[in-house]
Amino acid sequence: MLLFLGAFHGINPGMGWLFAVALGMQENRSAAVWRAILPIGVGHACAVAAAVALGLLAGVVLPVDAIRWPVAAILIMLGVLRLLRHRHPRYGSMRIGPGGLTIWSFLIATAHGAGLMVLPVWLRMSAVPGDHSAHVHATTTLASGLAATAVHSGSYLIVTAAIAWIVFHKLGVGLLRKAWINLDLIWASALIVSGALTMLLPPA
Amino acid sequence: MARMIPDQTFYPSPSMAMSAPPETLAYVAMLNPQGGSDALAVLDVDASSKAYGRQVSQLDMPKTGDELHHFGWNACSSCLCPFASHPHMERRYLVVPGLRSSRIHILDTKADPAKPRLVKVIEPEEVAKKTGYSRPHTTHCGPDGIYMNAIGSADGTGPGGIFVLDPDTFEIQGRWEQDRGPQYLAYDFWWHLGHDTMITSEWGTPDMVENGVNPELLLAGKYGHQLHVWDLQKRRHRQVLDLGAEYQMALELRPAHDPKKAYGFVGVVVSLKDLSSSIWVWHRNGSGWAVTKVLDIPAEPAAAADLPPLLKGFNAVPPLVTDINLSLDDRQLYVSCWGTGELRQYDVSDPFKPKLTGSVHIGGIVRRATHPYHPATPLNGGPQMVEVSRDGRRVYFTNSLYQSWDEQFYPDGVRGWIAKIDAKPDGCALDPKFFLDTGKLRPHQVHLEGGDASSDSYCFS
Repeated sequence: MLLFLGAFHGINPGMGWLFAVALGMQENRSAAVWRAILPIGVGHACAVAAAVALGLLAGVVLPVDAIRWPVAAILIMLGVLRLLRHRHPRYGSMRIGPGGLTIWSFLIATAHGAGLMVLPVWLRMSAVPGDHSAHVHATTTLASGLAATAVHSGSYLIVTAAIAWIVFHKLGVGLLRKAWINLDLIWASALIVSGALTMLLPPA
Repeated sequence: MARMIPDQTFYPSPSMAMSAPPETLAYVAMLNPQGGSDALAVLDVDASSKAYGRQVSQLDMPKTGDELHHFGWNACSSCLCPFASHPHMERRYLVVPGLRSSRIHILDTKADPAKPRLVKVIEPEEVAKKTGYSRPHTTHCGPDGIYMNAIGSADGTGPGGIFVLDPDTFEIQGRWEQDRGPQYLAYDFWWHLGHDTMITSEWGTPDMVENGVNPELLLAGKYGHQLHVWDLQKRRHRQVLDLGAEYQMALELRPAHDPKKAYGFVGVVVSLKDLSSSIWVWHRNGSGWAVTKVLDIPAEPAAAADLPPLLKGFNAVPPLVTDINLSLDDRQLYVSCWGTGELRQYDVSDPFKPKLTGSVHIGGIVRRATHPYHPATPLNGGPQMVEVSRDGRRVYFTNSLYQSWDEQFYPDGVRGWIAKIDAKPDGCALDPKFFLDTGKLRPHQVHLEGGDASSDSYCFS
């Protein structure tokens, strides 16, 4: 699931690879594409880690079973908002540096709810079977949180880099006109479904 | 509702946009000098249509005294820019400001592109309250919003500046500038998205232009003669490029469409030394920018009897370059000489060495050149706002400048017309079948269905 979510973000042109390709075209060399990939990956990982860290903090204070309600509510709210309007952070330009790219990727991923979507999966990973009132166990959860972030971001980074390479060297950006399907619409629906599932399905 | 794939009028790069299908409709801002409502006219420009070259509809504005001038789309190819992408928006609404009234009209072209509907009006009071500006002029669809500029402050003086509209709701989001530096006058703006740079130009504040050109201010060199370079992301003034006070009124800005290129063209209306017009190129220079004059267009000798009162003392008719336009491949520059009645085509493959490749004469203060469609009817006004099709083969132009200035240079009253040239890279000629007499209504800016050479900006080269 985490692998799939990461790959799904990687595919979305608005989440990173297209920015890397544009910067490469602007400088007319592939080195600029590769220079952009790592900061974009780091920004994305930070966004996921930040959401997981928030969940972890909440999990220390509250029972897991209690966290899933606000998580579900936020997921559904964000999904509905994103269905109604496609907002994006006003940040970034074609003269962006590595630091700026990291911040841009962090903001975009956060605005899309990338980290938030990892939370339900992570909550299930952290649940103590049979004990719904249990708090998360700090050590095991920290480990599972790091694992969740790493798996998600790793798959995101691989897909982002692969698509950037293919588009920059082989396909060209002309394909955008037909191939840039509205992944945001699918993503918004996924946020809502995931929120609903988190609400309906009790932790194992 | 959002689309599932990008609007098919959005193109990642200007070269891809050149392969777009020919336009079938043109939208034209129409000034009503007789006190009635201004209008947006729609023209049939489909060469295979029976109504080719004719007006097919007209939408009157709800109030009078707008002085429609320039306008733009809610969304364009810049929606594909990777740092702020929203590719599933629609190029659907025309944003049509009144340069005199400060009223902003939002027109919907979706249901019937040949018959736009008025869907929203932003009243002047709201523009003033939210921005402190008045007299909105240029509109460009940016990657993150609709950018507009205004030539004055709410009280009719300066400074003029930029403001932004939310592209979904058309709510005014407020002033754009974080730090305007020494900038005070405003006229046009555009940008180099690839270089994160905005350029703005200068005309005069409303109190300097609304009652006609003021000869005292002009001879004193008080109209605008500077370009301003801005950091687009930080919204800060970076540099002044001064052409010198001799070069009065630096108006239309045409940056290279290719986001890799860092240069653009600006036309200057008149030189105080010899009434010539000039074309300048701004360009990168080390870490900053510089501006270089690349072309002078001289005034033509004329008998005092043929000249309006404003020009009688000079025995010459100035070319009055009031608009220029650059083809999407950055190769052809079209230059309107509103005074002498000439539209020129230059090859600007080398921006610093423009080569004259074509010219047509029509109208003019003295020349009054005719159109082949009505070879016996002398025309007044001259080529003014000029618009180039995406493929660069058709160029549309109109003959009115600005009401109070029309009266000074053409005191017999500009009679409106719209014409077209067919263009090749090495020449151009009037289309003998395309001539629209708009009568008492005076046409100003033209925009083409699906986009044109001044409507879109690009993040890929």
